[in-house]
Amino acid sequence: MVLVLAIGDLHIPHRAPDLPAKFKSMLVPGKIQHIICTGNLCIKEVHDYLKSLCPSLHITRGEYDEDARYPETKTITIGQFKLGLCHGHQVVPWGDLDSLAMLQRQLDVDILVSGHTHQFKAYKHEAGVVINPGSATGAYSSITYDVNPSFVLMDIDGLRVVVYVYELIDGEVKVDKIDFKKTSTATTTI
Amino acid sequence: MMSDGVEDEEKWLTAGIAGLQQNAFYMHRALDSNNIKDALKYSAQMLSELRTSRLSPHKYYELYMRAFDELRKLEIFFKEESKRSCSIIELYELVQHAGNILPRLYLLCTVGSVYIRSKEAPAKDILKDLVEMCRGIQHPLRGLFLRSYLSQVSRDKLPDIGSEYEGDENTVMDAVEFVLQNFTEMNKLWVRMQHQGPAREKEKREKERNELRDLVGKNLHVLGQIEGIDLELYRDTVLPRILEQVVNCKDDLAQYYLMDCIIQVFPDEYHLQTLETLLGACPQLQPSVDIKTVLSGLMERLSNYAASSIEVLPEFVQVEAFAKLNNAIGQVIEAQPDMPVFGAVTLYSSLLTFTLHVHPERLDYVDQILGACVSKIAGKGKLEGKATKQIVALLSAPLEKYNDIDTALKLSNYPLVMEYLDDSTNKVMSNVIIQSIMKNKTHISTAEKVGALFELIKGLIKDLDGDDNDEMDEDDFKEEQNSVARLIQMLYNDDPREMLKIIHMVKKHIMSGGPKRLPFTIPPLIYNALKLVRRVQSQDENGSEDETSSATPKKIFQLLNQTIEVLSMVPAPDLALRLYLECAEAANDCDLEPVAYEFFTQAYILYEEEISDSKAQVTALYLIIGTLQRMHTFGVENRDTLTHKATGYSAKLLKKPDQCRAVYACSHLFWVDDQDGIKDGERVLLCLKRALRIANAAQQMANVTKGSSGSVVLFIEILNKYLYFFEKGNTQITVASIEGLIELVTSEMQSDSKGTADPGAEAFFASTMRYIQSQKDKGGATGEKFDPIKV
Repeated sequence: MVLVLAIGDLHIPHRAPDLPAKFKSMLVPGKIQHIICTGNLCIKEVHDYLKSLCPSLHITRGEYDEDARYPETKTITIGQFKLGLCHGHQVVPWGDLDSLAMLQRQLDVDILVSGHTHQFKAYKHEAGVVINPGSATGAYSSITYDVNPSFVLMDIDGLRVVVYVYELIDGEVKVDKIDFKKTSTATTTI
Repeated sequence: MMSDGVEDEEKWLTAGIAGLQQNAFYMHRALDSNNIKDALKYSAQMLSELRTSRLSPHKYYELYMRAFDELRKLEIFFKEESKRSCSIIELYELVQHAGNILPRLYLLCTVGSVYIRSKEAPAKDILKDLVEMCRGIQHPLRGLFLRSYLSQVSRDKLPDIGSEYEGDENTVMDAVEFVLQNFTEMNKLWVRMQHQGPAREKEKREKERNELRDLVGKNLHVLGQIEGIDLELYRDTVLPRILEQVVNCKDDLAQYYLMDCIIQVFPDEYHLQTLETLLGACPQLQPSVDIKTVLSGLMERLSNYAASSIEVLPEFVQVEAFAKLNNAIGQVIEAQPDMPVFGAVTLYSSLLTFTLHVHPERLDYVDQILGACVSKIAGKGKLEGKATKQIVALLSAPLEKYNDIDTALKLSNYPLVMEYLDDSTNKVMSNVIIQSIMKNKTHISTAEKVGALFELIKGLIKDLDGDDNDEMDEDDFKEEQNSVARLIQMLYNDDPREMLKIIHMVKKHIMSGGPKRLPFTIPPLIYNALKLVRRVQSQDENGSEDETSSATPKKIFQLLNQTIEVLSMVPAPDLALRLYLECAEAANDCDLEPVAYEFFTQAYILYEEEISDSKAQVTALYLIIGTLQRMHTFGVENRDTLTHKATGYSAKLLKKPDQCRAVYACSHLFWVDDQDGIKDGERVLLCLKRALRIANAAQQMANVTKGSSGSVVLFIEILNKYLYFFEKGNTQITVASIEGLIELVTSEMQSDSKGTADPGAEAFFASTMRYIQSQKDKGGATGEKFDPIKV
């Protein structure tokens, strides 16, 4: 069993002062094995904070990130799953599921995690899963109105992944989950 | 020489102890055989060892302790003896036959103790007799120890209330009188000690003297434990008598120690009720006395007392504790013109802590203290490090107490104190203020308060005079400006008009920050304004509000436009372009076509003139295309102009693959799912064909330069785009064209397989083919549509 935190679009300090205190108290070091971050942190302090939660930190570049060294896309293999990571501003139309599916095919991944729209999403799509963890700070977005802070936790166990979505609504944390089972004949074969 | 002295002293001590032990041995033998005469003789000889003046206080103490132990045994003997053969009165007479005064007085005190216990004479008479007789020793060290012995043996025999020795004519007054007298005499001896011996050893002597201070202070402890000293007695007799001695001795060491002793020994409520007397002594002390530590100690005790129970607070008000302390501090500072700023600030800092504990509601007191502090530090120039630290503590205390910057902003002297801080301390303090706001999640809710706050933290907002920015570490600077950016997020009012005023106020202040700060401070301001647009955009549709003061989207967009323009001139074109596009989309949501067009124009100008890095161009272009794709407010003409430009930019990117991808991304500008007006299949196809041509060119270029054909990935990407629009129902995309592309990719891959195989491309192609198959298998309309495609 491996816990993977997917988080992104924090936009600190441009659009939000900090992570919600409720989230901060939930995210403690030592529990999470990997963090995948879609980008737009935007500053080093936030990078260091995430690193303090978990040293295995994977980040792609959002259009506001001061650190230019983050790659545009990244793939990571965790257990039986291949994960793809991309901020998403490069995928036009933004947030479009079919266009993201093309990226998923291109990266050849089971799970594609992208951000940019600040709207959390978790779909089973074609042979895989497409996830958008939303904005962890509930930052303003020109795309989405009334953004609630959210992040995603993935519990990867063998061929199974349970995706938990944590959303902060009116000061209360709401949790949703979707279950995904990979068939053994899935995408990784050539 | 020094070591000789130490060695000699050691020798003398050894000799003293030897003499003492020898006589003690004979004394014991005499005691065992009940021979009083011999016992007295040997004990007197034993005590003669204490007559030495060769030992330092430390060594003398060692000798004294040995004698003390022997005297305990003697006392027990006296006690038993007085019950048997010899009356205590006889004994009291008998010991006075000792030849030397020092042994005689030690013996007298020992017998005196037994005498009091026997109650054959009034305690007060014996005590008085003893304390008077001890005057016979005027040598400071010997006198101090003798009186210390007297204090020790008498402390449980004082006629205190509830003690068995009280009653008849023995009152607590006698106890007080006795201890006070002993205290006075000891203090005199102690003070006089400094004048004994050569002047060059003064420092050493003062050190020795300091070691002896507890002998003197013990008397005050004894007083503190006398139950019978009620407030009245303390106020009218005890305190005035002690203070008289303290003030008159004119010795800084004694004054400092004894003042502190008084404060520690007597109860808080007594201090509170006698504040005037106690504080009245302070300005009379020697100028070199560290009075600030004494007073701080007092205020700290009173603060804790106030914190201990809410019931005691009325007492503080009743005795006007604040006014008295404030007054005393003023006088002390006046009386000690040489007191460093640090000392004065420490005093004010303690008074402030006291005030926050006792009178948290009296902001005027707090302000008064800050005001007094301002007048003390005015004109002192740059403050020393310790003073600065104290000022930070002074300014932080109200923030911690009230958890609310609002309160601090009400203090008119608060900004004045900040004025006197040097730049770096001003910054430290500004950060403390911001931290406090962030920690307490304080929302600053009016433009006026925002103005005051930014005035307060101006050290972070702009370069102050003489500020040398080059010295600042870049990371520190970033951190500092990021915290200002965070602060801007905390400014909020529900009323849009006030919020707009706040935004104007912030803008006014941050605009003076210079090009280094603007990239940090402008974005949060822009987003505050954009959030405000969201709030007012729906209500604006009702129109007909009074136009001058209300916050309308148009007004906010004007402000946004001006602000971003400043950023573009910093220059920070990448950031400015992103913000223009955000604004364009917000204007789109408000249905303000001309405004949105203007923002796009500005973004395009930046793209054309300022953004030259090829990687930055690619990102900027995706943002332009992505935003433009979402716009619904544009009429045909404006839209055409903007899409045409965007497509043009795409084809002019430096790298062919970038060109290709941007061009096929532009196809989405002509086909928008939720806009019926924008479904131009022909132009979509033109874009895709153009992308295909570029992909071909890219491949040829790779052939020429690298001697191998380039990757087929671009073709597979375009194939996917074909499939995308095919599925969306674009009739321009035919089955044949898709099949043609599949064939192209397949043959490219086969020809490529000899050379550079690209596993990524193979996987991409395989999953694309799987996708087609899965669409076929879906059945229904989709299945029917995909069915003709041969794979």
